[in-house]
Amino acid sequence: MIRHQRPTYPCWLLAGGVLLGAAACALAGDHDGRPVLRLATTTSTYDSGLLGAILPAFEKESGARVDVIAVGTGQALALGAAGDADVLLVHARDKEDAFLAAGHGTDRREVMYNDFIIVGPGDDPAGIRGMSSASSALAQIAKREAIFASRGDDSGTHSKELALWKAAGHAPPSNAGWYRSLGQGMGATLRYAGEARAYTLTDRGTWLSQREPLGGLEILVGGASMAENHDPSLINRYGVIPVNPLKNKAIRGKLAAHFARWITSPPTQAAIGAFGRDRFGQPLFLPALAPRAHD
Amino acid sequence: MDTPGTLGAALLDAVILLASGDAALLAVLGRTLEVSLAALGIATAVGLPTGAVLGLARGLPARGTVRALIYTGMGLPPVVVGLFVYLLLSRAGPLGDLGWLFSVKAMVLAQTILSVPLVVGLTMAALEGVDPELGPQLAALGATPVQVARTTLREARSGVLAAIAAAFGAAISEVGAVMLVGGNIEGQTRVLTTAILLETRRGQFSLACALGLLLLALTFTLNFVLLRAGERRTLPRAD
Amino acid sequence: MPTEIEFALEDVRRVYAGRTVLDIPALEIRRGELLALVGPSGSGKSTLLRLLNGLEKPDTGRIGFRQQPDLGALPLATRRQITTVFQHPRLLDRSVEENVALGLRIRGVGRATARPRVRELLDELGLAAHARAPAPRLSAGERQRVALARSLAFDPAVLLLDEPTANLDPHNVSLLEERIRRERARRPLTVVLVTHNVFQARRLADRCALLLGGKLVEVGETQRFFETPLDARVTAFVRGEMVW
Ligand SMILES: Nc1ncnc2c1ncn2[C@@H]1O[C@H](COP(=O)(O)OP(=O)(O)O)[C@@H](O)[C@H]1O
Ligand SMILES: [Mg+2]
Repeated sequence: MIRHQRPTYPCWLLAGGVLLGAAACALAGDHDGRPVLRLATTTSTYDSGLLGAILPAFEKESGARVDVIAVGTGQALALGAAGDADVLLVHARDKEDAFLAAGHGTDRREVMYNDFIIVGPGDDPAGIRGMSSASSALAQIAKREAIFASRGDDSGTHSKELALWKAAGHAPPSNAGWYRSLGQGMGATLRYAGEARAYTLTDRGTWLSQREPLGGLEILVGGASMAENHDPSLINRYGVIPVNPLKNKAIRGKLAAHFARWITSPPTQAAIGAFGRDRFGQPLFLPALAPRAHD
Repeated sequence: MDTPGTLGAALLDAVILLASGDAALLAVLGRTLEVSLAALGIATAVGLPTGAVLGLARGLPARGTVRALIYTGMGLPPVVVGLFVYLLLSRAGPLGDLGWLFSVKAMVLAQTILSVPLVVGLTMAALEGVDPELGPQLAALGATPVQVARTTLREARSGVLAAIAAAFGAAISEVGAVMLVGGNIEGQTRVLTTAILLETRRGQFSLACALGLLLLALTFTLNFVLLRAGERRTLPRAD
Repeated sequence: MPTEIEFALEDVRRVYAGRTVLDIPALEIRRGELLALVGPSGSGKSTLLRLLNGLEKPDTGRIGFRQQPDLGALPLATRRQITTVFQHPRLLDRSVEENVALGLRIRGVGRATARPRVRELLDELGLAAHARAPAPRLSAGERQRVALARSLAFDPAVLLLDEPTANLDPHNVSLLEERIRRERARRPLTVVLVTHNVFQARRLADRCALLLGGKLVEVGETQRFFETPLDARVTAFVRGEMVW
């Protein structure tokens, strides 16, 4: 008599087990018990390594975990407006004011600043080297129709560039042959400028951290360090804004307020001022509390 | 802080990086496998039976429409899927209460949406390649429709494994969607592709290249295992 | 003792694309007999076997199986007592052994439990040396023997054979015929053998039937069918002349 038994497929069972295990793992989520503060910020603060250097102190002090979402300023503000982030660290003053006016945030505090510089090919075809006003330099570039690479990505740097064009008495240039709107991050824009022998506006931090040979690009306006930058309009201020906790129940309002206090507190401000000195010989960000070169 | 064009050094870096057992790197590797295998598991569980039904039911009405839909799905732009999932899961969106945005779950969801059409479409194609006479002959041997489907799937195993391999390859190498919905959070939602993007943005080209090589090695290993599984049974079994 | 009826066909018609390819007002197939079905190509022989195996349903009429009035509504276990060996068997891309075990595995029998039965059949059909070879590599004659073995493995009550020895060499033909004879000597087995080889029909069959254009011309005891056919078309067919 033939006995009936169920067939077994050990290797399929094993493969299925691995896949199900992964699925279960992923769906179980990543609880490590700590409350999570979601910080939406610009790529410059994260990519430079600043946040990696200072955040562990906050995590220790608060017992919370900080999840950093590094995106463009435009998207960071949108995350706040949608209630998808708890606190913002951004640099686009006009948009931040509009954000607050619309009731998306509780308040704004100055955290730190660095500066923008205009870089371009060493032979400087537009002849802007050493000019003390960024907007006059842009006007000169436009007049000579020298190639200019724009971030074109709604970032804080892009907003600053548009403001400078306005101050130069120019409508923000359309995508003329010499004006190239890239829709790229700062690093990619710098690399493009190097290849295309173009001028561009960059924050000093990214410039310093990408100090690879960039096709002969040099600083033409803004000086070799922040202290030598004589155009106050090139100052790049970073503010912290806790998102309005009334937006939805998931927003950690108290933790966000704690973070805003912490990042503007003297010890953190000192840490910000110290960051980057060893690597670049100059700080990448100056704390808002410290005496400033301009103002 | 190095120049592009250091491909040779990248290989060395990759080896050193792996050998050092760097905790952050291991976390990224683990998360990469977790996300892509989870998406693959769900996509296979859903896509294999669906593809089998579509591949075997040759007389299905509206077959052409279904096929066009699936082929469109196979070519879905990942970044569009990412955007869709992002808007869906945003707290301001319809599924905002789940709190899934910027989590591993969101990444698995996006990857699953991208992988399911691949598994369905390629499984369907693999089964359509099987001799149409096989089904009736199996039925004549007493097979139920489910047994016919299972046996036919096994007959088409190299095509079915190709479907699974393609879905895995798509999931593990995808960057646009996981960046958008995962947020590339260190230790949480950072996977190999988003780490590569970050390191490139930071100008750390050789680290980015090293991560890229790791990604290739991982994909190669899984494909190799899958292909071996496909070959195994064609050979005579040793006692 | 009255003969028991295995299949009872009543008014069975099969229509493909508006064309009636099979039209059988009445036919009884007896339990344990070997009925040979002869007829030219396209006369509907394979269609009839597909209906008898339940692979297709008639468009009109009924096929009764034993006490069951409708073949289409048989319980799984009963349906599994009927099987077909096809002219062009599709073997799986697995070993010969696994192919022969297939019907048993489908019925939930374990690999180890199936093995002795499989080995026995492989021995009887001269396939023992190929047990572990991949089935797709076999010759036509060997493939057909595997096909017979995989159908006999689960001891079916009804064996439908669709030109199983067409295109085979005489050695393989006699191997297969011998194995079918042995099976019938051993236990009651109903066989419907479709063949265009009238000599094979004469050698093996208890009764013969001629199918022409989807219609049964004549059914009768083999000897009478060949020696004193009632219909002139049968006379012509058994002589190898053109019939239509
Ligand atoms: N699936 C089908 N669709 C349409 N016509 C078919 C189909 N199967 C068989 N036929 C037609 O039915 C007739 C009988 O075919 P068949 O039973 O295979 O004949 P035989 O086996 O006697 O050669 C033929 O004319 C054939 O073309
Ligand atoms: Mg036929």
